[in-house]
Amino acid sequence: MKIVAICGAGIGSSGILKVNAERVLKRLGLEADVTAAHLGSLLTDSADAQIILTSAEFVDAIGKTFADVIVIENYFDTDELSRKLEAALG
Amino acid sequence: MPLPPLSESAIILGADAADWREAVRLAGRALVASGAARPGYADEMIRMIDEHGPYVVIAPGLALAHARPGPEVLADGLAVVTLATPVAFGHPHNDPVSVVLGLAISSVSAHLESIAELANVFNDSSAIADLAAAKTADEVMRIMGSSE
Repeated sequence: MKIVAICGAGIGSSGILKVNAERVLKRLGLEADVTAAHLGSLLTDSADAQIILTSAEFVDAIGKTFADVIVIENYFDTDELSRKLEAALG
Repeated sequence: MPLPPLSESAIILGADAADWREAVRLAGRALVASGAARPGYADEMIRMIDEHGPYVVIAPGLALAHARPGPEVLADGLAVVTLATPVAFGHPHNDPVSVVLGLAISSVSAHLESIAELANVFNDSSAIADLAAAKTADEVMRIMGSSE
């Protein structure tokens, strides 16, 4: 499974999302390839992604996609991430 | 990989900022003071928010101001600014912001592991309130794990 974390720069917030998503997936016993990316590289990075993690600000810019777009409010709240990832994967 | 270096010169406590732009400018000034960025980096951080919205407010009360690597970045570095009066960034859930982190990164590839360290600091849900209440640079360094 492939998951892409998207932010504007592809270095700060998406990096944190990637790290915490990996932690949560491990806790849930799930395997996935999680990539941090920015809007500019979204098309190539997310072409085969099942899930896109991002902030509400980027949903419109992400536009049409086959992936499940999950909006995260608190990037450090692993319970929120866990809940939303489980819902999307379940 | 450790966090980007946080030096005492990159810590500003109890600052006054009239709005989020001023708050981000303070983070830029702190990164300049520590030698991590040129003055123009603040404009780039502000431009990211103008362009993409207040997504840098990644947790309640905390903004992670940053731009992409570029000529305005001199070295990897981190800055911590706490505000006397929290300011709104226009985020739907996480306003108002009392702690602004400034992040300067010279290359993307070297960077993701040091971000993992930021996650380690802030996955502790008390870290933001502890930073906002910190009275000395030493306290900030301890919370950020830079003094260990």
